[in-house]
Amino acid sequence: MSVIPDDPGTVALAEPELHAPRSKTELFVAFTWLALQGFGGVLAVSQRELVERLRWLNKEQFIELLSLSQVLPGPNIVNLSLMFGDRHFGWRGALVAVGGMLAAPLVIVLALAALYAQFSAVPQVAGALRGMGAVASGLILGTAFKLVPTLKRNPMGVWPSAAIGLACALALGWLRWPLVWVVLVLGASGFAWAWHRLSAQRSLTR
Amino acid sequence: MNAEFFGLHGLGWLQLLQLAGHFALLSLLAVGGAITSASEMQRYLVVEHGWIDPLQFNTSIAIAQAAPGPNILFVALLGWSAAGPLGMVATMAGIMLPSSAITLLVGRLRHARRDALAVQAFSVGLAPLTIGLLLATGWVLALPLAAHPLSMLLVPATIVFILKTERSPLWMIAVGAAVGALGGA
Repeated sequence: MSVIPDDPGTVALAEPELHAPRSKTELFVAFTWLALQGFGGVLAVSQRELVERLRWLNKEQFIELLSLSQVLPGPNIVNLSLMFGDRHFGWRGALVAVGGMLAAPLVIVLALAALYAQFSAVPQVAGALRGMGAVASGLILGTAFKLVPTLKRNPMGVWPSAAIGLACALALGWLRWPLVWVVLVLGASGFAWAWHRLSAQRSLTR
Repeated sequence: MNAEFFGLHGLGWLQLLQLAGHFALLSLLAVGGAITSASEMQRYLVVEHGWIDPLQFNTSIAIAQAAPGPNILFVALLGWSAAGPLGMVATMAGIMLPSSAITLLVGRLRHARRDALAVQAFSVGLAPLTIGLLLATGWVLALPLAAHPLSMLLVPATIVFILKTERSPLWMIAVGAAVGALGGA
């Protein structure tokens, strides 16, 4: 397995300021730190860390990785870690990234579970948990809003992209339709429209 | 922490395998994250086998969501509650291995053929869906807070925080914990 990732070359041309993890240790530490900041879910933090702070991905690459992570079976953030680690250091990198994501939080969760029984009746504890839950929800919504501007550059066009995103949010969040059907129907529509637009673009440039 | 905390809780090896096998099956079905299959886990562990009680089940999810790290760790707590450390290994291996193998395979295939029209149409077509999924998740998480105006205020405050500042989300988590604790129940 080659240690040199095979795409940062092309990436560097488009976005000169992007970096890559220099070692598996750096990868492990980054994913551990990322996971430890992720109260109520790691997604919002991973955008902030991988895209904004470390600059290991740009917004489009992040969405691309996240899209694939969401439609594949398994926890999204684990899938994202696997593919990111694999792209840079092969299967060892995948193990290192997922290991960093899970190891320290697992110890904390087990410790909390052992403690919880003693403090669950304290109203301040319940209140603090609820407050943290509210922030977790705001973090995810804020991350979504932050990614919205990428739709302007989507080859499908702004309006079709916005329509698909909004339909998905309403179907899942408001109507509570089953995820599988929403993803299948809207995903297939998006795929078909994107195929149509991209092949039109390609025949123009040819 | 007595012997029972670390023990098998009366489950045999065959049942451990069964546990791992069932979670492996769920791993393949868990599109959109493991939390989507939580209702099936509840049915299997609580209703069908009685390995953990309903309260333990809810607490496991609440603790994993409150703690730092991926929410998938509630599966580790479920396994531990059902059959101690080995139960945890069984449920985590079950939920992780099949989906991880598929992800690595598809990820490599996609990367190798990243210039193909189908692969690009996939990325472009699914990008808005991904944003929609995030919006829906945030919305669903905010819903149970409707009865608590103070908590509800934290949601827009956090959105402004993440959009307008460069600080770590940890700051806002701390604010949320403090507001929640002081506001009481």
